[in-house]
Amino acid sequence: MPEKKIRVLIAKPGLDGHDRGAKVIARALRDAGMEVIYTGLRQTPEMIASAAVQEDVNVIGLSILSGAHNTICPQIMKLLHEKGMDDVTVLVGGIIPEADIPALKQAGIAGIFLPGTSTQAIVDFIQKKHAA
Amino acid sequence: MSDQTKPKSPAAVAPLSPARNVSPEEKSWEMNTLAFALAKSPERQKEFTTLSGHPIRRLYTEADLSNWDPKTQLAHPGEPPYTRGIHATMHRGRLWTMRQFAGFGTAENTNERFRYLLTHGQTGLSTAFDLPTLMGYDSDHPLSEGEVGKCGVAISSLADMEVLFDQIPLGEVTTSMTINSPAPVIWAMYLAVAEKQGADWKKISGTLQNDILKEYIAQKEYIYPPEPSMRLVVDTFEFAVKHTPKFNPISISGYHIREAGSTAIQELAFTLRDGMEYIEWAVRRGMQIDDFAPQLSFFFNAHSDFFEEIAKYRAARRIWYQAMTERYGAKSPRSWALRFHTQTAGCSLTAQQPFNNVVRTALQALSAVLGGTQSLHTNSLDEAWALPTEFAATIALRTQQIIAHETGVTNTVDPLGGSYFVEALTSEVEAGAWDYIRKIDAMGGMVAAIERSYPQREIAEASYRYQQALDKKEKIMVGVNDFISEEKPLEILQIDETVAHRQAARLSRLRAERSQDAVDRTLLALKKAAESYNKPVSSSSNGHLSHENLMPHIYDAVKAYATLGEICDAMRVVFGTYEETAVT
Repeated sequence: MPEKKIRVLIAKPGLDGHDRGAKVIARALRDAGMEVIYTGLRQTPEMIASAAVQEDVNVIGLSILSGAHNTICPQIMKLLHEKGMDDVTVLVGGIIPEADIPALKQAGIAGIFLPGTSTQAIVDFIQKKHAA
Repeated sequence: MSDQTKPKSPAAVAPLSPARNVSPEEKSWEMNTLAFALAKSPERQKEFTTLSGHPIRRLYTEADLSNWDPKTQLAHPGEPPYTRGIHATMHRGRLWTMRQFAGFGTAENTNERFRYLLTHGQTGLSTAFDLPTLMGYDSDHPLSEGEVGKCGVAISSLADMEVLFDQIPLGEVTTSMTINSPAPVIWAMYLAVAEKQGADWKKISGTLQNDILKEYIAQKEYIYPPEPSMRLVVDTFEFAVKHTPKFNPISISGYHIREAGSTAIQELAFTLRDGMEYIEWAVRRGMQIDDFAPQLSFFFNAHSDFFEEIAKYRAARRIWYQAMTERYGAKSPRSWALRFHTQTAGCSLTAQQPFNNVVRTALQALSAVLGGTQSLHTNSLDEAWALPTEFAATIALRTQQIIAHETGVTNTVDPLGGSYFVEALTSEVEAGAWDYIRKIDAMGGMVAAIERSYPQREIAEASYRYQQALDKKEKIMVGVNDFISEEKPLEILQIDETVAHRQAARLSRLRAERSQDAVDRTLLALKKAAESYNKPVSSSSNGHLSHENLMPHIYDAVKAYATLGEICDAMRVVFGTYEETAVT
C-alpha cells in the first residue's frame, strides 16, 4: 500500500511579494514526495488558518522576510489553536533576527529556518517530525 | 498594434565563431603546452560556468572574435552602439552618483538618515518605502499591521512627505524613489513638497521607479491589473515631459528580476523588453519617441559573477541602441543611450559571517563601475538580517568612495574593451537576450507574456536550478555551504511597533484637521477621470480609448491632504485589483 503523503501548506503572509524562497521550498518539498499546496501572496492569518483546515495539512511553512513575524506568527498560532489544529507543525523561513527566535518557539513555531538553509535540511526536519 | 509601434525583426546577432577558426599558434599551444599541462594535472572541474550557468571556455583568443567587428560592435565611448559607455570621458569626467537606498521607521527617522548620508559625501538620495506604502495602504489600515516602517519609511500623506524632505533642498539634491503601483501619488507628494520649497519643477531632478511590469514579473507589489497600470505609467511620462524635463519618470528595473532568481541573460532580456513595452504603450498614446525616451532610465543588479555582469551592462547598451534605432526609429542620440543605476545583489549577501558581505559588495560594485554605471547603491553588510545600521551603511558608502578614489579604475574609459573574453561574452549575452526578446514579441509583447506567466516561470526554473546547485555544492557560497565557522550574532537595527502607533496618531490628527470637503471633491474628480479611461473617445479616435491624464487629479488630491490609501482606493474602485496565478 502506498504511504500516505505528508501534506504541506506553504504560505506567504503579510504584504511582501518576495516569493522566491516560498516557491523554491514548495518545489523542493514536492520533489521530496510531499503534497504541497501554495497559497499565493498576501494571505492574512485567517486565510492561512482556514486553508490549513480545509486542506487538512500536517505542516504549514510560512515565508516571512518583511520583519512582520512577531505580529503574524502569534496570530496564526492562536487561530490554529481555535480551529483545533494543534497537531500541525508550523515552520517559519525567512529573515528572523536571532533575538526573536525564543519568543516564536514559545508561541509554538516548531522550526525556524534562516537564510542559507539547504532545502534538504527542511525536508529532513519535516520527515523526522512526521515519520510514521 | 499599429504599424508604427510594431517591432521590426531585429537584425540577427551573428553567432560568434560557431566553429572557431583556430590559428596555427593556438593549435600548437593546445597540442603541446596545454596537453602537457592537462596530462600532468587535470582541471578542477569538467565544466566551468558563470553564476547563471553560462558555459565559459578555458581561453579566449582572436578565434572567438572572428565575427566581431570592432568598428560597429565596440566603437568609441559616447558613440553608438555605446558598448564602451554613453559618455566620451565616462568616470574621468564625472563619477557615478553615489546613491544609497535608505528608509525606515517614520519620516523623521529617515530624514535624519538622509541628512547623515548627505553630510558624509553621498551625492544623491534614494528612498525606500515600507510595504503598506508600496501597496497603497495607509499606516493605520488593518493589513498594515506589523509592517509599518519595517522595510522602509511609512508615508501616508503629504504631511509625512513634508517631514521626510525637511531641510533637504529638492532644487539641489536628486532623489530616487522606489515606488511602483502608487508611484503617481508619491511623485505628486514629492512635487508638492518641491513646490512648497520654491524649487523649480523644470530644474528638479530624480527618478521614480514606477516600473509596474517587473512587479508582475518578480517583486509582486502590484495593485491594479496591467492595463490601467500601464496607462498610469504613460500618464507619468506625459506629465514628466511637460512639467519636469529633468526627472526620470521611470527606472526600468532588472534588479528585482535578478533577485527573484533569474539568470543574467533573463534579467537583461526581460528588463529591456519591459522598456520596449513602455515605449510601445506611450507611442500608442500618441507620444513622439524622441520627446520621452531620453527621460527613461534603467536599473540593473550587480551580482557576483564579475565578468558576466560587466558583459551584461555592455550588452544592455548595445541592445537598447539597436532597438531604439531599428524598431522605434528614434532620431535623437539622447534616446539611444541607455543610462542605468546599479545596486549590488542583496540575494548574494549571507546571514552567515556577515562581514564577508563587505568584500562581496565591493567586487560587485567594481563590476558596475567597469560596466559604466551612472549611479550606484552598495548594500550594507547586515542586510541579510535587517535594514542597515548607520555603522553598516557608512561602510557601504565608503566602499564606493574607495573604488572611486583609490583603485585607479576610473582613470581610463572601459579598460576591458577589446578583451577577447569580455567582448565574446558581451556578444553571447547580447544574443541570448535577443532570443528571449523575440520569444516575447511572438507572444504579443510583455503584458501578454506576463499574463501567461512566461517570465515568472523562466525565473522560477532558474532560481530552483541555482538552489539545487548550492545544495549539491556545485556552486559555493562562502560561509553557507562551505568554509563554515562559528560566529557571534550581529548587532542589527530593530524597528518596533511604536512607529505604527505614531503613524496612526498622526493620521487621525490629519483627518481631523484637513478640509474634508476638499478631500471629497478632489477624490471624486479623480474617480471620474479614472472612469473615463475605459470610454472610447469620439469617432476620430480610430478606436483609441480616452486617456485623460490622471496626474493633475492625483496632484490636487495630494495637495488637499487626501491620504495615499484614499487616493489608491479611489482608483481601486474603478480599476479593480490584480491577482496573479502563482507559479511554483
